[in-house]
Amino acid sequence: MPILSTHEKLAILSDAAKYDASCASSGAGGRDSLASRGIGSTEGMGICHSYAPDGRCISLLKILLTNFCIYDCSYCINRSSSNVRRARFTVDEVVRLTMDFYKRNYIEGLFLSSGVIRSPDETMGEMVEVARRLRLDEKFGGYIHLKTIPEASAELVEKAGLYADRLSINVELPTDEGVKRLAPEKRPETIRVSMARLRSKIEEKAEPTLRTKKRERFAPGGQSTQMIIGADATPDAGILKTSARLYGSYQLRRVYYSAFSPIPDASSALPLKRPPLMREHRLYQADWLMRFYGFDQGEILDGTTDGMLDLEIDPKLAWALRNRALFPVDVNRAERETLLRIPGLGTRVVKRILETRRFRRLRLEDIGRLCQSIAKVRPFIVAEGWSPGASTDASRLRETVAPQPRQLALF
Amino acid sequence: MAIQPAFALAAHSVRLASPTDFDGWRDAARRLALNEVKPEDIEWHIGDAGGTGRDLPPAPVGVELRVAKDFIDRAAAVACHSHSERFALLYHLLWRQRQEPHLLRIASDPDVRRFEAMEKSVRRDEHKMHAFVRFRKIGDGNSERFVAWFEPDHFILERASSFFVRRFTGMLWAILTPHASAEWNRERLALGPGASKDDAPAADQSEDMWRTYFASIFNPARLKVKAMQSEMPKKYWRNLPEASLIPGLVAGADQAAREMIARMPTMPAPHHQAIQARHWPAAEVPTETEAQSIDALRQQASQCRRCPLWSEATQTVFGEGPDDTELVFVGEQPGDQEDLQGRPFVGPAGKIFDAVLQETGIDRTAVYVTNAVKHFKFEPRGKRRIHSRPNAGEVQACRWWLAQELKLLKPRLVVALGATAAQSLLQAPVAITKQRGQTISRGDGLAVFLTIHPSYILRIREAEQAAAERARFAEDIRTVRAMMAA
Repeated sequence: MPILSTHEKLAILSDAAKYDASCASSGAGGRDSLASRGIGSTEGMGICHSYAPDGRCISLLKILLTNFCIYDCSYCINRSSSNVRRARFTVDEVVRLTMDFYKRNYIEGLFLSSGVIRSPDETMGEMVEVARRLRLDEKFGGYIHLKTIPEASAELVEKAGLYADRLSINVELPTDEGVKRLAPEKRPETIRVSMARLRSKIEEKAEPTLRTKKRERFAPGGQSTQMIIGADATPDAGILKTSARLYGSYQLRRVYYSAFSPIPDASSALPLKRPPLMREHRLYQADWLMRFYGFDQGEILDGTTDGMLDLEIDPKLAWALRNRALFPVDVNRAERETLLRIPGLGTRVVKRILETRRFRRLRLEDIGRLCQSIAKVRPFIVAEGWSPGASTDASRLRETVAPQPRQLALF
Repeated sequence: MAIQPAFALAAHSVRLASPTDFDGWRDAARRLALNEVKPEDIEWHIGDAGGTGRDLPPAPVGVELRVAKDFIDRAAAVACHSHSERFALLYHLLWRQRQEPHLLRIASDPDVRRFEAMEKSVRRDEHKMHAFVRFRKIGDGNSERFVAWFEPDHFILERASSFFVRRFTGMLWAILTPHASAEWNRERLALGPGASKDDAPAADQSEDMWRTYFASIFNPARLKVKAMQSEMPKKYWRNLPEASLIPGLVAGADQAAREMIARMPTMPAPHHQAIQARHWPAAEVPTETEAQSIDALRQQASQCRRCPLWSEATQTVFGEGPDDTELVFVGEQPGDQEDLQGRPFVGPAGKIFDAVLQETGIDRTAVYVTNAVKHFKFEPRGKRRIHSRPNAGEVQACRWWLAQELKLLKPRLVVALGATAAQSLLQAPVAITKQRGQTISRGDGLAVFLTIHPSYILRIREAEQAAAERARFAEDIRTVRAMMAA
């Protein structure tokens, strides 16, 4: 095999990493380099240092340590049967690249993942070594996210948590059957148990130790996971059910949905078409409804026949249209939980409404100034001097609140 | 906003030292407001430009001026806005707050909205500066320095610099902007005059690497140019080394995506067969024989699909204990902690169970502890899992495992902890609170002792009542111990 330069390896191993959706650099808490006199900080909220033309934020240097892999997961560009070019970074190369990029303010830190070579422990060991060298040798205070290999030993995972801000294990697909079919060597049972162990470890380390009364550092940014959407036939209802289970069971910070993207040299087991980006977007919206808007997983799709989210309108609006008896809601009286259910009102707007109405009664114009589109909100609320009358029940309501379909071009 | 246009005969003219002289504004505003000077009677000027420079009246003694807690901090941000009327707006808001102390919380007020919009614009500019500053390196090793050229919309360099100090403490760096510059020497930050783009280094050898990364991490099958531009507006592009690639990537995306889809699946890579043979030798198909040991049974149960509960749980939580024991405890089902750890009775109820066993002199490691249902049944509620009771079908499905366990263990006594365990063991509904303390002999001769599930004690709110219930439970366990000693 020809010897590749770091530059060539970077091209191969970042191309190989782009199907991982997560690029978040949040949740690590505050940390700076004032005391260490080193390089790096995290400030709770992550920073997106650039945006690729796919609209996705570039916050971290997202690379694989190697794209050699003993697994043969059909949805993955790095599967063992793929003819993709292979490369392998040395620990030193990753450390230098991370520091070089970081010092130029290109990135918030490193998201390191890897194909599995030889054994899970050997691969995980090298990833942990990258993190250890960054933290100890380079006094690096930036963000580190390590993709954890489910089969790796408990000692390595413990070390990973000591240096990394976030750990993640991908569940890969929404159902175990899907994993067994498309990733025959992966064991969904092991993935679940690994996530359970990570949660236990994170909780254990969050308690102050008896001796020193201090908390030991362990993945302060928690754990996350990713599911590929559209590679198997699971409907959205099944996907959201899996998400609800994962959030509840393993205290995940995030579940990422990654619309299955065609990959060069694809396996014939998979749909060869463009990724379902709108579906992915709707799933994120539904995920938000579960996490920040008090929606139960079951009710988001309750009343639909196919268990799929409406692609044309957002899931909250779709829910409201199916539950019109609960509207209109009086913005000057309703409780927070009820206000959060109004289409077009986000958590911030609701907060402002609650704050403002302590001093003034809100009129429709006031709501209009607070939110993005009053047209969508109007039929669902009562405000000072405003009542939607019969429009809440109008059979054409969907047409008035849904975004206008783009006009078709003449051919 | 009700600000009068500035006219030459304003009663007071204030000259601030610099475009971001918030302290100067604060001092002047305090004195003017305490002297009842109306907003329309003040002209605000910056630097040497204009201003008739009449002296400001001193603040009267013993009078206080109170504002909302967050006003100062937010006003300091607004003071960095590039709008020429920012100081007048701030004074106007200060003036109004004397009569309307909650003014800032009224989102529908036009002045507040304008204030909020300016604050948001400054904070966004600051955030984008944190994100889009691109340092270029000069020199190497110990003498390496980093210099960046950046063009913010507002006067934010000083505000934004503290971020770079916290982040790049161990580095020598400078940020140049048209209005001002900042330089960090690893000890302190020095602010200086504005600069021009030519004062910054022209290129950096790492920029090619960065561009390669930018191009490779982009997925052409997901083109969303609008989403990119709303977060990274074109005005920033000229100072971003990666931005020169964008037009090409966008133009070629469709073709690239089409090629990705069109490329036919190829033959497996040459090394694939070798990897498969080495790492994934064809697994032996386990034959469904009746397990001859608890360990073998546990192995079989780990793949149990007798009911759908497995699909939500983490793992099968099988029984635990020596296989030559004479005493078996059967609970209801694993809970949150048991599900995570894969071991029975390790959660809160398990803690009570352990404590009571210890008090009554039973060694937990010498008894076998298991559950009627071996997967955790729950409802997810946000970040928690709410225990839900297994239904008759699930208990029935799982009874097979319990029967196998008992068949292999052949205990002298089985303790049913709670109604579900009792029902599974006796195949009949049991009223635990009435029948507790009794031993029932099954048709096959197995003796089943009935008591409550320790989680029942946890659910009692009243401390005294809970203590009483715990004592009764301990009494039952003492009876069990006596039976075993007999």
